[in-house]
Amino acid sequence: MLGFLGIDVGSVSTNFVVIDAESNILVHLYLRTQGQPIRVLQEGMQLVKDSLPSTFTIAGVGTTGSGRILAGVMIGADVIKNEITAHAVATSFLVPEVQTILEIGGQDSKIIILRNGVVTDFAMNTVCAAGTGSFLDQQAARLNIPIENFGEIALRSKNPVRIAGRCTVFAESDMIHKQQMGHNVEDIIAGLCEALVRNYLNNIGKGKEILEPIAFQGGVAANLGIRAAFEKALNKKIIIPKYFNVMGAIGAAILAKEEVKNRKTTSFRGFAAAEQEYQASSFECTGCSNACEIINIQMNRSIIARWGSRCGKWEHV
Amino acid sequence: MKVSFPRMGTSYIAFKHLIEHLGHECVVPPAPSSKTLNLGVKYSPEFACIPFKVLTGTYIEALEMGADTLITSGGVGPCRAGLYGMLHQKILKNLGYDFEMLVFEPPLLYLVDFVTKLRKILKPAKISWRRFYKELKAAWQKLMVLDDVEILSHQIRPYELHKGSTTIAFNKCLALIDRADSPDEIARSKEECIEILNSVPQDKSRKPLRVGIIGEIYVVLEPFMNLEIEKTLGELGVSTHRSIYLTQWARNNTIINTEGGIRKAAYPYLKRMIGGHGINSLGETVLYAKNGFDGVVQIAPFTCIPEIVAKSILPRVSKDLNIPVLSLTIDEQTGKAGLQTRLEAFVDLLQQKRMMEENVYARFSGN
Ligand code: SF4
Repeated sequence: MLGFLGIDVGSVSTNFVVIDAESNILVHLYLRTQGQPIRVLQEGMQLVKDSLPSTFTIAGVGTTGSGRILAGVMIGADVIKNEITAHAVATSFLVPEVQTILEIGGQDSKIIILRNGVVTDFAMNTVCAAGTGSFLDQQAARLNIPIENFGEIALRSKNPVRIAGRCTVFAESDMIHKQQMGHNVEDIIAGLCEALVRNYLNNIGKGKEILEPIAFQGGVAANLGIRAAFEKALNKKIIIPKYFNVMGAIGAAILAKEEVKNRKTTSFRGFAAAEQEYQASSFECTGCSNACEIINIQMNRSIIARWGSRCGKWEHV
Repeated sequence: MKVSFPRMGTSYIAFKHLIEHLGHECVVPPAPSSKTLNLGVKYSPEFACIPFKVLTGTYIEALEMGADTLITSGGVGPCRAGLYGMLHQKILKNLGYDFEMLVFEPPLLYLVDFVTKLRKILKPAKISWRRFYKELKAAWQKLMVLDDVEILSHQIRPYELHKGSTTIAFNKCLALIDRADSPDEIARSKEECIEILNSVPQDKSRKPLRVGIIGEIYVVLEPFMNLEIEKTLGELGVSTHRSIYLTQWARNNTIINTEGGIRKAAYPYLKRMIGGHGINSLGETVLYAKNGFDGVVQIAPFTCIPEIVAKSILPRVSKDLNIPVLSLTIDEQTGKAGLQTRLEAFVDLLQQKRMMEENVYARFSGN
């Protein structure tokens, strides 16, 4: 049996998806990156291998996410794509005719606008790196509520309190203030969800024409409170795709499938590649005053890839 | 005197030429690096924009290398950059450096002012005005060659067969231009550079996208600041056209030739000067759209007011003229990975748009 592997290496999570020739999803895996992309990649590859029948062949591999180059080199990817395109591809497949994609992950938030199946505009959160996902985790811990129940509790609120949502630092201190004033937990949580949604729509969604169908994905899409807040703010229906937290990986797998259709071969190094010993190291080049930071990726002590130089002198290994 | 100055792209080669030919020692400021940025962030006000911070770092590095005179530009209009020279001087003096700072109004735009203030530099070396004029002309010639060669490199890169080969050739060119001493040699170096660049192996059958680059001058001109946007786009197969070159006002072969034209183009959207390059950013976008470019990338320092004003008007220009615009905000927290992601996605978007339009065209023309 033939299939295609998609890997999305983000700063918070690393996801794996295997699809078959009809793009049915056979395997999907969500792992925490925990600052160790190489280890997580190896672990994930092992898990993917174990969950597939031994007769299964990977006919193409795609990588995406901030660690896409690293993953691409290690595993031998046929296509290495940015996460915006990968998300757009996956969502258009799972939510036909989608015109707006709202995505909130651990660190990044983005909006993608499509018309007639083509991306016409997008935006990502800019300088402020306050990740909504991580922020919700933190606040759940502060309120002593398991994050899984966060959304449900929000839905029970009748009178959400208004929380300043300019950025998560404001939101946090205002939330503590509202707590001290004696508001109940439901109303505070619901208020928090609304504040985050307001913030998202004002920053990332600003000036964008949000048309239906609207898909909402990324780790935060699991949170019913945020979804409800979106529906309330936009007064439109929000669709949460079934595989909302591995969409990037799905997109990468679909792109890999398309790529090898033309090429008819794959650069996949095989599952054994994941069992090798990998090392990432860096050094500062002293060749000129640019002082570039050069990244080395070593497999079994020999260098397989290198990047980071401005003059191009280190790129060839 | 040991003279240093802000570094912006490749212009340092021409400034070095001038300073040395005026009989001074030139301390070439090192290319901005993460070390420069760290120094700059440490000693600048938190809410200053990124060009200010990088310049602080650059000056400290130059002073550590022995510079005793810093030459910089002032600025006109409401943009706060006009005050930066003064503020830098105060910060650096407080740090205990002993040096003289000469703040010129943009030297290449206000020639007379430049010359008047230059007296300070010419006197100690006993350079006559006549001689100075000659040297200035040669330096200007060098600046033009640098710009010409760079423009050519951006045109060639999207066609290169081996990723990175244009950059390697371009670096060779820079060394060559740097060595050229007399006007004759400078002219000859240009010929050689053109040859070197043209001999980069290319695939001429490609049809690169065309993208215009607009925004605040410092982040547009200094590759360290914009994380080498032109190289990145070029290697993604995009031919770029930058709106700003230092030698631009003396040319009329670029598509955007006069400030007046830019202002006129911006007029339907913004009727008054707002400082910095705000009005230019709008006008240039209009002109890029009218000249059939596929897209525009705006690069702006975080908190840069003129660019923020432009950014909030750009979506309308983009919609009216059907040209996608990507706005990138730069500050010390900006990571290269995030920028690369946005650029790649933008290029995908432009490619899809082009394909759609070609299909529509094919349908209408019956093919
Ligand atoms: S890699 Fe090249 S550009 Fe970077 S510091 Fe070394 S010699 Fe300079």
